[in-house]
This record gives sequence, structure tokens and C-alpha cells, in this order.
Amino acid sequence: MLIKKTDDIKSSEITDEPLYFNRRNFLRGAVLAATTTATGWLYKSLTAQSQVTQTTDKIATVTSQSTGLLPNDKPNSFEEITHYNNFYEFSTSKQGVAPVAKNFVSRPWSVEVTGLANKPKTFDLDELIKLGQPEERIYRHRCVEGWSMVIPWVGFPLHKLLKEVEPLANAKFVEFVTVVDPTQMPNQRGTEVLSWPYVEGLRMDEALHPLTLLATGLYGQTLLPQNGAPLRLVVPWKYGFKGGKSIVKIRLVETQPRTTWSSENPREYGFYSNVNPTVDHPRWSQATERRIGEFGRRDTLMFNGYGEQVASLYEGMDLRKFF
Amino acid sequence: MKEEIGFIKFVVFVNALVPLVLLGYDAYYHRLGANPLEFFTWTTGTLTLVFLLISLAVTPLRKMLGLPWMVKLRRMLGLYAFFYGFLHLLAFLWFDKSFNLSAASADVFKRPFIAVGMLGFFLMVPLAITSTTGWVKRLGGKNWNRLHKLAYLSGIAGVIHYYLKVKTDTRIPLLFGAVLLGLLVYRILNKYAPQWTQRQPARAQR
Repeated sequence: MLIKKTDDIKSSEITDEPLYFNRRNFLRGAVLAATTTATGWLYKSLTAQSQVTQTTDKIATVTSQSTGLLPNDKPNSFEEITHYNNFYEFSTSKQGVAPVAKNFVSRPWSVEVTGLANKPKTFDLDELIKLGQPEERIYRHRCVEGWSMVIPWVGFPLHKLLKEVEPLANAKFVEFVTVVDPTQMPNQRGTEVLSWPYVEGLRMDEALHPLTLLATGLYGQTLLPQNGAPLRLVVPWKYGFKGGKSIVKIRLVETQPRTTWSSENPREYGFYSNVNPTVDHPRWSQATERRIGEFGRRDTLMFNGYGEQVASLYEGMDLRKFF
Repeated sequence: MKEEIGFIKFVVFVNALVPLVLLGYDAYYHRLGANPLEFFTWTTGTLTLVFLLISLAVTPLRKMLGLPWMVKLRRMLGLYAFFYGFLHLLAFLWFDKSFNLSAASADVFKRPFIAVGMLGFFLMVPLAITSTTGWVKRLGGKNWNRLHKLAYLSGIAGVIHYYLKVKTDTRIPLLFGAVLLGLLVYRILNKYAPQWTQRQPARAQR
């Protein structure tokens, strides 16, 4: 478009206002306004960036422990932790989980602990959370996709629950089965995304490790649906997907369970999935990660920086083979 | 409509900038979510494919609808695809590789999805360069048309790149692939059975 400088136009040449806003220009303006509004609306609705403000109940914690936290680890904000989630049952968009999950009802809730145990038992949630005093644990969280956060979880170590049911000697693995509820979880209405339920598993010694947490909250509040309400697993030295969300069943078994991601794509996701900067995902490097809130990438630490506590579990194992 | 082509081009030009303006606006006000860099990369990548497919849809649409003037929008739409593709590549090189070009090229050789994406982008480079009227004349319409069939290859590379990137939910890449396939099928039909695929432009006088 050519825009003339004002001094070039004689005042006699300036069109009268009523004529200037003639029908054609009006229509053109309307077309421009209508199409850009429509384009903008389309863009916004396809990229869904909605923020959901939610609050939950406070949890009175007894201790706060920041095991293995490094000087440059700052907890991510509540906003970040609750609006950037991988929870495929609700949505495969990390920003899209919070709005879809916001009305998820997780009460009443019970967890069946079954399998190779002396005293298998179905716990009501209120009974279960009394098994351990709620502790705050500030852990690094490393996603297999190459991003990470620092999250102040609230929960208690899984071993307290396992001790309650008395595992038998031949219970070598623990399987975690998560909720199936297609009425509340849209992606469970088909199997295009994954096959349901989402199942995860740990070796018994991993499950009994003091760092392994059953989380019921974060930032001193009960969990929001997008973070795995009412109860989820947190295994800080493994990739995030190992931590099953909204758990309904825990089975003690003798053989290694078939877990969701490693069945879906055995070449890319192993049963162990320990954070390991030296073993790349076939499609991307695991050597670095983007800490949410930071611009550059930082180096990924072996066992997500928890090597001192957990490396002994894997002594003598080829971690390239058992990735 | 034909006499309004200048205005229509302006409308398309402004509309194609709307996503970028909103992206910039949201970035300025920190509304791109918890991982703004990933969001920017994802959005510009998606826009590249969207504009590539729209530019490839121009010919089928103008033939089916009998609106020959639509061809005048094609260059701009194709250049927008190139522009968003450039932003997408820049985001990868800057945010993910900090402009460490040796690390970036190592990635190209190691990771098929990045290699295919790069291929898709670099196939657009000669098309962007030869998009001017001068180049059409220099190459001759026939050669120019032949060269610009590369846009289809670029689109195929883009769809494969997207498909390889997602972890499991392949619905959106498959949707893009279906649209691209539809456009290719149209081209084949148009070659062998144009009576099915074209509407004759209305005669001006009788």
C-alpha cells in the first residue's frame, strides 16, 4: 500500500468524511475485521492455552525433606506444575490436560493391594493415607521427552503400604494399575492413544526404596486431577512416565509386569527407564534437558542426580540393555 | 471478485499474519504456557504445514470452483509456508541447539525425524527463490511448474516429520497426511479425467 505524506495532498483534494466512509470501504473494513477475528478465534481454539484456577484441601505435613536437591534446583511454580502435564487419558496436549481434567471426581476412592501378599487388602483412600505421616519431598522430575521440573510432593514412602500387606518371598515385582473411567477420561473411549488401563511396574527393591513415594499432594495441598489425584507414584530417579497416576490397584507379582509404554513401543521405552544421559531415546538425545522456566538446556544427571542413593540397585547390570 | 484481487490479497496477507501476531502477543505477556519455547516451535511447525497445504489446495480449489483468479494467492501462501518453516527451523537451532551447528548437524544424521524435517524445509528454498515473476519467465512456465511440484515432496516430508515426532497420538499428523493425499489424488484425477475435476469458468458473453 502506498501511503502519501500529508503535505503532498492539497486540502481541496481531501475527500469529505461522509464520502470517505463510503459503502465499499465500509464493506472492506468489515471483511477484514470479520476474517481476522475468525482466524484469531480458530488459532486460539486450536492451540488451547486456557488456565484453570483450582484450589484443593491443605495437608498438614510433619517433615520436609529435600533429599539430593542441588543448589541450582528451585521448585517450579504451582501454575507450571499444574498446567504442563502428560496425562494421556485426558489429553495428549500437555497444556490441554488441566481444563479437561478439572471436574474429575476422585472421591470415593479405594486401592486394592493384591497378589503375592500375606494380607492382601482393599484400602479406602482415607484409611490408606493414614498409613504414613504426610511428608514433603522436594524432588527433581525428569520427563522422557527431555524436560524437567522441581516438585514439592507430599506423600509417604511406598514401603509403608507394602509392609502393611506383608509381601511373600516370591513377590519380585510390583504392578501399578491406574483408573479406567471413560465417562471422565475422554481418551479412554477408544484405544487410538494407548491401550487402557495404564500400567506401570517396579522391581520389589525399587518399590521398597525409601525415595519411592506415594504422593497425595503437592505444595502442601491435595493433588489436582491433572497431577494424578488422589494418589500417584513418584520415582524420582526414573523418567516421569514410570509414576502411574490415579492408582486403583497394586499387585505383587513374581514376573516382570507388562507395562504400558514398553508394550506400546519396546524399542523406545524400557521397563527400567532410569534417567540416563548416556542412553539416548531412539528419536532424541537424553544428554540434556530443558528445566521448565529456563531458556537454555542443562545437562541431565545420571539417575536424575539420585545415583548416590540408588546406583547400588543396578550394580552389575548393563544399563544399555536394561534401559 | 476479479477486480477486487488486490484487496483479497491484502486480506489473505493480514490473516496469515494473525497467528504470528497472537503468538508474539502471548509471548510478550507470558501466556504461552509452562514451556513457551516448545509451544513456539510446535506452533510454527504446524503453521508451516497448514500454509503448505493451503497453497497446494489453491489449484484444485480454483479448478473445482471455476475461479481462475485464485492462482494469484498461491505465491503468497507458499511464501508464508516458507516463512513459518524458517521460524520453526530457527526455533530448533536457537532454543534446542543454542546455535551449535555441529550439534545440530549431528542430530540430522542421527535422528530421522529431524533429517526429514530439514529435507522438507530445504525443498522449499528453491521454490521461495524462484517464486518471483522474473524466475517464472527465466525458467519458462513449463519448467517452473515442474520444479514447483517439489512442494508436494516438501509436504510429504513435513507430514512424515510430524508423524515421527509424536509419541503415540498420531491423529493430527494423519489428518494432515489425509489432506495431502486428497490433494495428490485430485492432481492424478485431474490429469486423466479432467471432466470430473473441473468446473468450466462461466462464459463472459453468450
